[in-house]
Amino acid sequence: MNNIRTFWAANKAIISLTIMGLILLFVGMNQSWALALGIFNMSLISAIMALGVNIQWGYAGLFNVGIMGFAALGGVSVVLIAQQPVTEAIDAGGMKMFLALIIGAITIIGGIFLNRSRVNKWLTALLVIIGYLITRHYFSEAADLIEKVDPAITGYLGGFGLPVAFSWIVGGLAAAGAAWWIGKITLGLRTDYLAIATLGISEIILYVIKNEDWFVRGLKNVYGLPRPVPYEVDMQQSEWFQNLIAWVHKSELQLLSQSDQVERLSDYVREAAVVFVKLCYSGLFIAILGAFIILSNLALNSPWGRKVRAIRDNEVAASAMGKNIKRQHLQIFVIGSAIVGVAGALLVTYDGIFIPTAYQPLRFTFLIWVMVILGGSGNNLGSVLGAFIIWFIWIQSGPMGLWVVEMLGNNMQEGGAFLEFIEERVHYLRLVFMGSILLLIMRFSPGGILPEKNKEL
Amino acid sequence: MSDSIDIINALALLTNFVILPGLSYGSQLALGALAVTLVYSILRFSNFAQGDSMAFGTMLVIFLSGYMISQGWTISGVPTALLAIPIAIIGMSIYLLLMDRLVYKHYRGIKIKQSIVGITASIGVMFITGGIVRFFLGASAQRFGDGERFIFSVREFKAFTGLQQGIALKTSQFLTITLAILLVAFLFYFLQKTKTGKAMRAYSDNKELALLSGIDPDRVVRITWLLVALLTTIAGTLYGLDKGFAPQQYHLLLLPIFASVIVGGIGSPIGAIAGAFLVAFSEILLTYAYKKFLIYLLPLSMHPSSLVQLIGTEYKYAISFVILIIVLLIKPTGLFKGKVIVDE
Repeated sequence: MNNIRTFWAANKAIISLTIMGLILLFVGMNQSWALALGIFNMSLISAIMALGVNIQWGYAGLFNVGIMGFAALGGVSVVLIAQQPVTEAIDAGGMKMFLALIIGAITIIGGIFLNRSRVNKWLTALLVIIGYLITRHYFSEAADLIEKVDPAITGYLGGFGLPVAFSWIVGGLAAAGAAWWIGKITLGLRTDYLAIATLGISEIILYVIKNEDWFVRGLKNVYGLPRPVPYEVDMQQSEWFQNLIAWVHKSELQLLSQSDQVERLSDYVREAAVVFVKLCYSGLFIAILGAFIILSNLALNSPWGRKVRAIRDNEVAASAMGKNIKRQHLQIFVIGSAIVGVAGALLVTYDGIFIPTAYQPLRFTFLIWVMVILGGSGNNLGSVLGAFIIWFIWIQSGPMGLWVVEMLGNNMQEGGAFLEFIEERVHYLRLVFMGSILLLIMRFSPGGILPEKNKEL
Repeated sequence: MSDSIDIINALALLTNFVILPGLSYGSQLALGALAVTLVYSILRFSNFAQGDSMAFGTMLVIFLSGYMISQGWTISGVPTALLAIPIAIIGMSIYLLLMDRLVYKHYRGIKIKQSIVGITASIGVMFITGGIVRFFLGASAQRFGDGERFIFSVREFKAFTGLQQGIALKTSQFLTITLAILLVAFLFYFLQKTKTGKAMRAYSDNKELALLSGIDPDRVVRITWLLVALLTTIAGTLYGLDKGFAPQQYHLLLLPIFASVIVGGIGSPIGAIAGAFLVAFSEILLTYAYKKFLIYLLPLSMHPSSLVQLIGTEYKYAISFVILIIVLLIKPTGLFKGKVIVDE
């Protein structure tokens, strides 16, 4: 018994991750491989996001309630970088929009400059307001012009038509920029301010995305984003892939007649193409996640990492040692948000479609939080584990809830209306369920499944 | 429409579309902001569950008033919701006290950064509460007001004064403003004059000293949650009577409420009220389309052709955020000098 306990304590991470892997294998064998790989890929993306949040929360105790907004910025950058430009829209209103944005930028920079050089405050305010009105005038004209260009299909400026991989970097940079701005204002003040400000900025980012149709089509969504991996249809038609699948199923196919063989083979090829594409994504995400984990573990064990944790554990002492706490916090906040931005871009790349309404605080901000806290804040592997567990629960709890309701329904003779009501609403209980998980872990196991290891002690 | 300058009609227009809505929205925010301030002063964390708690209180009112209407327990002309509020407050108190017992109480006993653990815990409570509300009422918007919709309508006002531009006073607006004044008066009387209120202020100012002088901390916390239940239920119901009930809308109220609290100075009740009206009026003044107003005031040749709206209505929540940012940049302590700007 004692042996088992020490074995568990020593290999917690490996054991829990293996169990999680076995569960996914089980899903693959019993339900379908495409589903299992889908869960696996989403878990990987969530793990990257959780890693970013873990850097902020686990390393530095910074409270980011705006994960959704940073992920959305990553998503936007996929559209802006990878989509082909819409030339007619650019001809129609591109110049005017450019002008409006330039005037807007001049207004902001001028306002900051005037404020710094201690010109009369009222005069500064007046100039900023005039600048704003001019910007708004050109801006709404340009937006109208752009949105009128074939609104059913485009109605926006499109992107730069660059390879989609660039958008991951740009997504990270965009999120980093937003984080820098927010952090600059709120860090160094109370902890609550950062939380409230991030909550605000994430909602506002989403409002802008949903309402500015000229930008990324607003509520009309952007479909058919380019992919970094081959398409299923191309795979089905390529000869080597067909041969490969034929070779894998050789023994089974030999038993069938010629016509059956062709039919069965095409079925197999179709299924295998889906799995293959998902596997390509898995490889890509594993590589990115691995790189982030290695980098952040190296950073955590460097003098820089020790400084960061020293600040987290005792700000007063660290500041007495001459560490600039605000600067350090800003740095970490920007790095963490950038990783969340990259993950947001990967998510949209994987989906191949940009849907602003898919960004819900529960699905992004809150779920990621639960992942980090369940896995063990401060421990990168913990975040990965947390991501796998929570995403699995999240995906399976919907069907599971319905299944429970149906079981109840089979045993009940009456109350059909009541049952219908529950069936329609049961998914809201996921909010209650996830909230309870968070509170239970915080209360009974604050370290999470894989608590942070403190090497200095 | 006349082509001369018409100040009286312009003012009537402004009263109807800016001042009355601003006063009632400001009152609703003020009640919510006071609840956040109370939790902050006594329990020392920012309560992220405030918006969803308001939805929970409103849900209780909706169920109760529905039941009362079905039983015929109504008074003609008065929204039944108003009669349901007292019972809903009791339900809300039980819910909040239960949450305190199950969630928050544990952390008060251990030495830990209360502000951070409080935020995390209250976010958990926020999702649980939101989930419960959505489970029972669904996520779609609904109206639950009955009785007379207007104290006086535009038509009655026009007939009475002979003005071209009418003013209507909605029952919900009248109720909001009256109830808010009564409630705020009660709260300030309670905090300033009663022994319990003084104990609460002492506890908020200096916890150790208050404990030393024999103030029962559990009682202070309990009373705080009761006051929060009172404010939250009434604020939520009034907002719902005014603008309809939609869980997501309540959830987003968190932003203007926090903005109000921080603008006024975190922990200061008067600041919370002032902040609430500042936020409410900025929101309405900036999203109001001034076209008709300017047509009354300007000669014909200068009549505007566009709506003359400074910011689109869809960005109204952005306004509270911008106010918040400006305050943090210029005066992080808020207008009324909040107590602390750094963590304890």
